Amino acid sequence: MSKTTPPQSVVIIGNGISGITLARHLRKKSAIPIRIISEETPYFFSRTALMYVFMGHMRFEDTQPYENDFWKKNNIQLIHKRITRVDTQKKLLLTQDATEISYDTLVIACGSKPNRFGWPGQDLKAVQGLYHKQDLEQLEKWSSSIKEATIVGGGLIGVELAEMLHSRGKKVHFLVREKSFWDHILPKEESEMINQHILAHGIDLQLNTELHSIEGDERDRAKTIVTKKGDRIPSQWVGLTVGVSPNIDFIKNSGLELGRGVKVNCYLETNLKDIYAIGDCAEQTQPLPQRRSIEAVWYTGRMMGETLAQTLLGNKTPYTPGHWFNSAKFFDIEYQTYGMVSAHPDAEEEAQFFWKPKKANVSLRFSYHPVSEKLLGVLALGTRIRHHVFDRWLEEERTLNYVLTHFSEAAFDPEFYPNFKPKLNAI
Amino acid sequence: MTFLSLKKTSLIIGLTGLLLLLSALGFEYSNPELFLSSSLILIAAGSLFYFASLYGNQLSGIKNNQVWFHALSSRGDWGWLLGLVLTGFYVAIYWFPEVLGYSQEGSSGLVQLFDPLSYLLNGKPATQWFLYGSLYTFAILLFGVKFIWKYRHNRYQIIRTLSVMFFQFGFAFMIPELLSKLNPELDYFAKDLKNMWPLNYYFLDEWHLTNLLNGGNLGMFFLIFGLALIFVISPILTYFYGKRWYCSWVCGCGALAETAGDPFRQLSSKKISVWKFERWMIHAVLVFVFITTIATVWSFLSAHPNQSFMTKEQFIIGVVVFLILIMATLFYWKRNGFDKDARYGLLSIGIIIIAILSVHLFSGKDHILFFPSYKFQQWYGFGIGAAFSGVLGVGFYPILGSRVWCRFGCPMAALLGMQQRLLSRFRITTTNGGQCISCGNCSTYCEMGIDVRAYAQRGENIVRSSCVGCGVCSAVCPRGVLKLENDTMENRITDVPYPLGNKL
Repeated sequence: MSKTTPPQSVVIIGNGISGITLARHLRKKSAIPIRIISEETPYFFSRTALMYVFMGHMRFEDTQPYENDFWKKNNIQLIHKRITRVDTQKKLLLTQDATEISYDTLVIACGSKPNRFGWPGQDLKAVQGLYHKQDLEQLEKWSSSIKEATIVGGGLIGVELAEMLHSRGKKVHFLVREKSFWDHILPKEESEMINQHILAHGIDLQLNTELHSIEGDERDRAKTIVTKKGDRIPSQWVGLTVGVSPNIDFIKNSGLELGRGVKVNCYLETNLKDIYAIGDCAEQTQPLPQRRSIEAVWYTGRMMGETLAQTLLGNKTPYTPGHWFNSAKFFDIEYQTYGMVSAHPDAEEEAQFFWKPKKANVSLRFSYHPVSEKLLGVLALGTRIRHHVFDRWLEEERTLNYVLTHFSEAAFDPEFYPNFKPKLNAI
Repeated sequence: MTFLSLKKTSLIIGLTGLLLLLSALGFEYSNPELFLSSSLILIAAGSLFYFASLYGNQLSGIKNNQVWFHALSSRGDWGWLLGLVLTGFYVAIYWFPEVLGYSQEGSSGLVQLFDPLSYLLNGKPATQWFLYGSLYTFAILLFGVKFIWKYRHNRYQIIRTLSVMFFQFGFAFMIPELLSKLNPELDYFAKDLKNMWPLNYYFLDEWHLTNLLNGGNLGMFFLIFGLALIFVISPILTYFYGKRWYCSWVCGCGALAETAGDPFRQLSSKKISVWKFERWMIHAVLVFVFITTIATVWSFLSAHPNQSFMTKEQFIIGVVVFLILIMATLFYWKRNGFDKDARYGLLSIGIIIIAILSVHLFSGKDHILFFPSYKFQQWYGFGIGAAFSGVLGVGFYPILGSRVWCRFGCPMAALLGMQQRLLSRFRITTTNGGQCISCGNCSTYCEMGIDVRAYAQRGENIVRSSCVGCGVCSAVCPRGVLKLENDTMENRITDVPYPLGNKL
């Protein structure tokens, strides 16, 4: 770590987890002026919790992790405006209402937007993605007039939308291009378990199915979708959840080097001095081994915010996340993974041990090096495992045998749950 | 559509039973056995069918869909109406039992309807308290079934709910009634073993102590067990398991909150300002009950100098020495582990109590703070025992959430909470804090109003005196971040710079 001079002030575009984490860690250790600009909402909220608002588990205000006066108390200025242009020469931001905001140090943390792939009818009414708060408001507006809905794209947001609409009693058609749900991430057995679980909830899961076009009614609202197989499905609402991409249209032609996202080096620096990018919108020019150049995940956004705070506080720090981890929930089945577990492992690099009890929707998969038998990763469905224990085992390069014999140390299910003891069958 | 009609049918059956029960307010039934049993059976059957319509055709898992859309569970018109009805019922029970038909010369109406059951269990005619106890237990058993059905995927919740149902039905209801029947000659004393001081604030009152001492072997057993519970059993259990062993596994107030109160748990406020209010309020009640109790023991010692082994002066001095010793030990042993406000709070509690006792001792008057001790008892009984725990505590379930009493008013919770915060192996572990998505389900469904998320998203363990260990935060967490655990005291309270994941 080398020493750098802290900036005079920081302007952050975007009040998601990346920008907010940065601001909080800056404020913990310094008094520099911080301004956060967002067009989406006045206050930080948990994007991943939007589904629970629609399902009635929480009110929107419950998704806001800090009380409204938190920001004033901590002298963090919030600006609820849209930035239309960035003038990197004059160090100015232009807002929608034509005011100018000058900056000393700028951090772009503007997140993603849902993808659309040019399907006929994709611009009809009641065709949308789910990312912003405004998307949720749109969905809420259409909800009462939806009987049947179609979701296109078998990823995490797709399955969340299926659960959301199902909770309101809608008939849900779920089109997944792949031959099994999320099968580029989930190995065959796990993917099949989730397929069955989605079906068991009464969702019309259609695998190997792609969208051809969307047809509208006389008022330009979605009415029917047509699959590439030629099936026609009535749908008064269509959710397009085929991934997200960086939300960077407003910084085109600003002099910033852009790829799919804002190009950054390992210090999260852009090509221009005093401008940084973090979170979903940052694209690493040299991604870490086995990692993607853009990781649009809550956790990586948080960690980039933590890292950049160090740099801006004077300790120049590269972005070095620890072992990969992720988690999600597919209806009632929780998913946790630590390290790397490939859906389609290369037999020379990665061997796997899969274990499943007979009845429950529970499974564990350990990947390890076929020769040294060192642990490479673990994937759990329906049972909770301790992050820090697996992080340590990966760090200590424990063997599969060690991990299995010590597995109870990593079990994290509530008390009185069955103690799973995954065992290798006699070899 | 079949389930919609099942729902409607069940509601009709249940409401018929309820109306039949309530009709006793206006009509005199010559055959109360028939009417009581048929109305209870109808209510139970209607409820069970209703629960079936809710959960019967669903896969197991978290069942919070539309909680904030239903008027009943989101402070809508039905919520306020239910609050009014419950409050009215409590007001009648406490201050106007004649509305329910109670009369010392022989009850009529609703109270009389319970005569057959009362004769069966304790050999006496029903009182409004028997009516209340029966309905209370009935509600816990019924809604316990609902809660277990709702959380059937979660063994912790199932076992915990069976426990509160067992303790309510056995310890709070059946055993006391049967003991009364077997010992009809004895004057009344509390026979619910688990209902310990200071929740049972009259345990050391003059009349109660007298009845215990005159109660033969049974009375002596209850006196000794009650004291052992306060000074030995409870501290040991709280050390190993946290205050949950009582609050969400055994306690009757907790039992109702966890079962019938479950639909309202999300209504507790999570604001920091409310938390501050809570800490002052609940500890003020603790001080109040403490002084009241000492005053009543004082007056007992004054009235019965022959029945005890110490004088009233020795007693007061003993209490002061005991308190000073405890505080000194705590401050020495935890000198680095206290927040500033905890230190102030504890100090002020101790000083207030000691000051009052000293003034009393040196003034030589027979009254504490110039009032006869029965006045304190009356105020406590009215203000805390009835108005707070009953009217506000249960009547306001649909408005303020299911644990208002436990959070703001219960001196037992305050006492166990102090120990839980300072000397217990219990905590909610946030070992998977790196995976917290700050969604807020944990905070929303915390009945005690703890902002669980504030800790979880920073990767910090949750060690809060108010936590009753219901385990619902862990259950509703969609990322598997939280777990209730008993482990060693070391590293229980964590202060990590970053949640796990980053190599900083």
